[in-house]
Amino acid sequence: MPKQVFLFGLILLSSSLFAQDDLLKMLEEEAASEPTTEYATATFKSTRIINSQSVENLSEGTLDFRILHRFGYVNTGIYELFGLDRASMRMSFDYGIKDWLTVGVGRSTFEKQYDGFIKAKILRQSKGKRNMPITLNYIAGTMIKSLKWTDPERENYFSSRLYYLHQITIGRKFNQNFSLQIMPTLLHHNLVANVGDPNDLFSVGVGGRIKLNKRVSLNVEYFYQINKLPGTVNPLSIGFDIETGGHVFQLHFTNAIGMTERSFITENKGRWDKGDIMFGFNLSRSFTLKDNRKIKKKD
Amino acid sequence: MKSTIFSFALLFSFTAQAQEIFSTKTGQILFFSDNPIEKIEATNSEVSSLLKKDGEMAFNVLIKGFKFERALMQEHFNENYLESDKFPKASFKGKITNPEAINWDKDGEYNVKVVGDLTIHGETQKANHDAIISIKGGKISGKSKFKVKCADYKIKIPSVVKDKIAENIDVTVECNYEPLKK
Repeated sequence: MPKQVFLFGLILLSSSLFAQDDLLKMLEEEAASEPTTEYATATFKSTRIINSQSVENLSEGTLDFRILHRFGYVNTGIYELFGLDRASMRMSFDYGIKDWLTVGVGRSTFEKQYDGFIKAKILRQSKGKRNMPITLNYIAGTMIKSLKWTDPERENYFSSRLYYLHQITIGRKFNQNFSLQIMPTLLHHNLVANVGDPNDLFSVGVGGRIKLNKRVSLNVEYFYQINKLPGTVNPLSIGFDIETGGHVFQLHFTNAIGMTERSFITENKGRWDKGDIMFGFNLSRSFTLKDNRKIKKKD
Repeated sequence: MKSTIFSFALLFSFTAQAQEIFSTKTGQILFFSDNPIEKIEATNSEVSSLLKKDGEMAFNVLIKGFKFERALMQEHFNENYLESDKFPKASFKGKITNPEAINWDKDGEYNVKVVGDLTIHGETQKANHDAIISIKGGKISGKSKFKVKCADYKIKIPSVVKDKIAENIDVTVECNYEPLKK
């Protein structure tokens, strides 16, 4: 008897499979029974929110040529055409060695600065089989100021030109239109102006974007300095990302002239309330050096 | 006696199923956008499909499974065009209208007509395509080539990139089927 019940059960089961002639439903049920990990993509449109690094890395084999441009202060008036006569620039090349590892080098006209960074993705936001609420990157950078020594008479060391950056970016794409990230940051200045000035400067940044439509998003970025050099002001930038094919244009207003972390976070003197605001843009053009399809992706 | 009937019925239902449904999870879909300025190509090799001898068939495809040469294109494809977060899948449900044209036991290439509902980007349209079912050494494979018009599926192409993306996308589907194992 139990055997018959068992058999009957089996028939029921098999006939129920058999009766299910909706093939598409079968496929969907099968797909649902094998959950996959789905990673969040395009948390931000670009690897920078405005001045600061975003949680985005470049894909393996992608070279990103960036031109960053800041005009002068808007409050300089009509004589300087509201700042447009002035210009400060940073040019850089970023490259994705792996999907999780980006390196970059740049040169700024502001204080004749060289900079380099590495950016490693440690956590990646995902849902499905593997659940991870955030994306987390670690960024380490060095900046070299190559201006002539202010006092060539005294003994000057190369190390005095160096600045170091350690930053963690923690970001989340909350939905299709809204992403937010926070950036605990440490900047080390080898040489500071006064004896009492701190060499290690801590700050926390907040950045976010709201997508206005498929190709335009509104970005905001702010850094709060926990300890700071005298006379410096926290940087606030507001702008738009506009995407056209292989280019991303970032247009914005900011109170920071510099475009490397040491200058825009710890040495910024522009004040929004005094009209020390400038218009600027970042232009990014990416080139594919490796065929994305030929790269084996690991989960 | 009863149990014999049962087991016979059981056997029958199993064999019936094993014979009738063929499946694959590694089918290929390739699409190609041909324009003088830019040629865009993407492949997905994780297409799942079922095919029954009476001609019924179904396809299920994850949009995120399409691989492009340029990672940025892949991102735009998902973000801006197919909106794969909202519409993660494309599917087809239909049948071969002339299954009698196929001799399942004989090697050969059989031209068939397929009609059904094609769903892309959340939009379902009637589709009517020519396909070839090939049988070789008992192995069944299917192949079809057709055009998909972006506008039919409400995939908007902004005027800035009008000269880079074709209005009609060439799609090639290729599947090698195995008997369905349960």
